[in-house]
Amino acid sequence: MSHLTDFQTFLLLSILKVVVVLVITLMAVAYTVLLERKVLGRIQNRWGPSRVGPFGLLQPLADGIKLFLKEDLMPIASERPLFLIAPIIALSCALISIAVVPFGGMQRVTVNGVGVEMFNVADLNIGLLVILGITSIGVYGIALSGWSSNNKFALLGSLRATSQMISYELALGLSLVGVVLRAQSLSLRDIVNSQSAHGLLSWNFFGGFQFVAFFIYIMAAYAETNRAPFDLPEAESELVAGYHTEYSSMKFAMFFMAEYANMITVSCVATLLFFGGASSPFGHLIPDFGGPVVHAILPILWFVVKVLGFLLLFIWVRGTLPRFRYDQLMSFGWKFLLPMAMANIIITSLIIALRA
Amino acid sequence: MQLALFIIFGALAVAGALNLLLQRHPINSALSLVVVMMSLAVLYWSLGAEFLAAAQVIVYSGAIMVFFVFVIMLLNAGEEERTKGSRAAYIVGFPGAAAIFCLLSFVFLSERHAFRSSNVGGYLNNITSNISEISSVLFTKLLLPFEVTSVLILVAILGAVVLARKEQ
Repeated sequence: MSHLTDFQTFLLLSILKVVVVLVITLMAVAYTVLLERKVLGRIQNRWGPSRVGPFGLLQPLADGIKLFLKEDLMPIASERPLFLIAPIIALSCALISIAVVPFGGMQRVTVNGVGVEMFNVADLNIGLLVILGITSIGVYGIALSGWSSNNKFALLGSLRATSQMISYELALGLSLVGVVLRAQSLSLRDIVNSQSAHGLLSWNFFGGFQFVAFFIYIMAAYAETNRAPFDLPEAESELVAGYHTEYSSMKFAMFFMAEYANMITVSCVATLLFFGGASSPFGHLIPDFGGPVVHAILPILWFVVKVLGFLLLFIWVRGTLPRFRYDQLMSFGWKFLLPMAMANIIITSLIIALRA
Repeated sequence: MQLALFIIFGALAVAGALNLLLQRHPINSALSLVVVMMSLAVLYWSLGAEFLAAAQVIVYSGAIMVFFVFVIMLLNAGEEERTKGSRAAYIVGFPGAAAIFCLLSFVFLSERHAFRSSNVGGYLNNITSNISEISSVLFTKLLLPFEVTSVLILVAILGAVVLARKEQ
């Protein structure tokens, strides 16, 4: 017998899950930065960070210490409360949306009479909408940072970021409708389950014929996260550093972490929606082996491998493609991606209706 | 749990609404409105309307209010000046607000037996899902109003395009 009520047990388990997921995400953010610097270095024929620790593996630690110890400058003409709250909004929105992502297979454990999902902080029946909603709230962090800095470059950067994110959010949201139609659910768990029947062949990208939607999604996602080739909000050659020009020390680090956390979230969503989430690409071809521990860990491994693939794609694109011009960016989003996404919805729903 | 959520987010919504009126800078007012919208979304969710909650966040706080903030930033609107307010607002406004308050409380108090049977708080778990019900109602019983609203919005968009287009 224990003295905890069901609610207290649930609360403690949830806090535990949140802490574990948060720590892992922040570590992943730190090492994604290192990965980007290393891979980008190789693409540009140089070594990248290699001095701190073996192969430069302790570089994120050194960066963290450096950013903590830097002087925190406060521009005298800034709008103080908004200037302080903007990086917090950006980072917290980037980290919250990871809560609905199912990392592994269905593993319900019962502790003290309360059943909880092990590899998922919250399994919501509108998980996909929650991610979209939180992403759209994240715009405020960037918009406010530019405005409250009272700096022309920052303001221009944040105006660009805001209009870019609003424009591409439409294409992003519409590109996911085809997947939702196929899964008939907005729950990320259901969407993953709908793709787990025959391994690789039943993934939405291959078997579901959603590859058009996938390419729309991935392009819109690059624009959403302000990454190259859509990194106009922080175009160094024109805007100094864009919306975070006036930020220093940890406040700058928070924007930096938010960008990478967003990259990870976007990669997770792409994995879940188009590449079968944590399911194995071989389906039932390989016979089951190992005990319950292997059964729990193997799906996580697949998930991490897929997400890592998307992160490498992000870096590869940054190392390869030049930046878009602003009018090209806007006309590409509104005149190409949006109609394509709508056509994808119409064709997908027609096929589903004909099959039914 | 339900009661705690209601108290916290109800208070937050009221505080945000008051702050919206009291702040003198338009951007602070706009942000207070965002807080109100988000608190309303949480209240909807705790009542079992999870799709409405998500739509509230995505449409109102994510799109419309971003445009408000965007326009305020672009126009670089300064602080407002305080005025005494018009006399009409005092004569009509306060009795009107009081009348609406009385009407709403009368309706809620007289219909309170209907609320008692509702599954308060049970909606927070994963069992209920009303998205399919909403869509089936929207596309069968309410199809005409739905389509009329879509056409209305389309007309508004076209009007905006016509107004914004430069003279040739």
